[in-house]
Amino acid sequence: MRRETILNTLLYLAMPVAAGLAFVMGETFLITLITRAAIFALAAVGLNLALGLGGLVSLGHAAFFGIGGYAMGILAHHAQTYTPIMDTWFVLEGTKSMPVIWLVAIASSALAALAIGALSLRTSGVYFIMITLAFGQMFYYFAISWPAYGGEDGLSIYVRNDFPGLNTLDPMQFFALVFAILSGVLWWMGRLARAPFGLALSAARQNAERVETVGLGPFRLRLVAFVISGAVTGLAGALFADLNRFVSPTMFSWQMSGEFIVFIVLGGVGRLFGPVAGAMLFVLLEHLLSPVSDFWLIYVGTILLLVVLFARGGLIGSLAGREVAHD
Amino acid sequence: MTPILLIEQVLNGLQSGITLFLMAAGLTLIFGVMGLINLAHGSLYMIGAFAAAAVAGWTGSFVLALGAALAAAAAAGMIIEMVVIRRLYDRDHLDQVLATFALILIFSEGTRWLFGSFPLYLDVPAALSGPVTLPGGILYPSYRLLIIVIGLLIAVGLFQLIARTRIGIQIRAGESDREMIAALGVDISRLYTIVFALGAALAGLAGALVGAIQSVQVGMGEPVLILAFVVIVIGGIGSIKGALVGALLVGLTDTLGGVLLPLLFGLFMDPSSATTIGSALASMSIYILMALVLLFRPTGLYGRA
Repeated sequence: MRRETILNTLLYLAMPVAAGLAFVMGETFLITLITRAAIFALAAVGLNLALGLGGLVSLGHAAFFGIGGYAMGILAHHAQTYTPIMDTWFVLEGTKSMPVIWLVAIASSALAALAIGALSLRTSGVYFIMITLAFGQMFYYFAISWPAYGGEDGLSIYVRNDFPGLNTLDPMQFFALVFAILSGVLWWMGRLARAPFGLALSAARQNAERVETVGLGPFRLRLVAFVISGAVTGLAGALFADLNRFVSPTMFSWQMSGEFIVFIVLGGVGRLFGPVAGAMLFVLLEHLLSPVSDFWLIYVGTILLLVVLFARGGLIGSLAGREVAHD
Repeated sequence: MTPILLIEQVLNGLQSGITLFLMAAGLTLIFGVMGLINLAHGSLYMIGAFAAAAVAGWTGSFVLALGAALAAAAAAGMIIEMVVIRRLYDRDHLDQVLATFALILIFSEGTRWLFGSFPLYLDVPAALSGPVTLPGGILYPSYRLLIIVIGLLIAVGLFQLIARTRIGIQIRAGESDREMIAALGVDISRLYTIVFALGAALAGLAGALVGAIQSVQVGMGEPVLILAFVVIVIGGIGSIKGALVGALLVGLTDTLGGVLLPLLFGLFMDPSSATTIGSALASMSIYILMALVLLFRPTGLYGRA
């Protein structure tokens, strides 16, 4: 077995094992913390399809994270206040059902990704970074200035939404749900990377002209990747909002987009489990450092700087060597 | 809306545009010459504002405060160029984004640690705190007018610097062919440090000038940084002229959109929902402008294809 495969298995098992231990010890706070790491990992796994495989450095993925969050917030808000979302032409009710909320979150963030992607993929490189960042900020300001759903204060949801057969308010059951989704998406992403689509996308990153010469359109490949990537991050946003039972414009903030990239790079760019490792490492650092100092982000910044300058390949790269499966 | 009010808003738009230009000019120069995307440019803006607020607090002199802002931002720029940025020139954009994102974290938290979380206030000097009467009987705050004048002077100076001086020739040569000018004996790493420090000083000056109108606080730089990115996307990367035109367009669209859109919707809606929809749309107006430019000119108004 390759060292990376062993490492991936360990990483994959780390979350349920840690959550199980926390459950036995009765530390519900730790379970919530691990759930948070799993949701961040899911968001970054989504981004990694565009960034790692497609080479598209999107600094605006918080837009999709926030759209997913607000999809949950708006639907649950209308359900808990018993007001219809719309009653002009036909009546549209809110809902507390997680599967419905997820579908809405996935569909709306995919739609936003389609619009943003169609515009920003006309450019490349540094333009692409700036444009995605700017569109992300547009959603942030829109969320602040739109008063119907709390504006700057955000929206609180009193009770976590329902999933058939589960008590979602129980931290362990909610973690299991999130982990199942993360596992499913990781499995799918692993298959996607080896499928013709993933290979073509990866080829377009390495040499777009050659891909075009063999008759594949890099623009279409990238757009599809960007849409799937945005949809996965949107789903993570809906879960994150459900974890906190709160949505606010900070989910749209550019720092959020930056952190997603940080997860990927801390773990290792273009590696399937890179975002998982990075998100776990980040949440762990946050947990360990924030009691030490109010200014713990200084340490995170310094570590990040050192990783970028000296430890290229991230955590997995340093531990498993530089060979990457799909390059 | 009266014409006087409209002219006032146009001047406000010019003022915010010209401060954006100070940010965007540095960013676009740094990108044009070194090919580097610098997210930490907003931190340099913040450093300028904090240096100005601190020095104004000690000495009470606004001129000294502006000098301190220029010096502190240029020094910070020079240091990060020599310690960090220099290692990033031949890296890909992802590494540049991450390293400069890390710098933002370090600078923001460092400033919070030094100055605390509460905003500082930088007062407009007494001589400039009153309004000035413009032709046509328009009263306009003299400090804001000063910002416009300073910004325009710097724009003219920058164009002259790039068109006429030796360093300007080196900058332009560096933009078109890096290896060649190194081969011709220009000390390229010194040139890079100078360009970076120049961009940093402009950002610091912008921070100090705006700091006297708004409050001086941690995180003040990043919203301006993102606006400056919009400016560069509109104007075209590497073009100072594009930065100027883009900055004025963005400043005017943002300011006038905030005033005119609610009025426009007020024509066919009740006032309260007109204000809501108008201001929500106004918050998106510059991004819509950016999207339109992208549709027709993906490389920006003055960008090279």
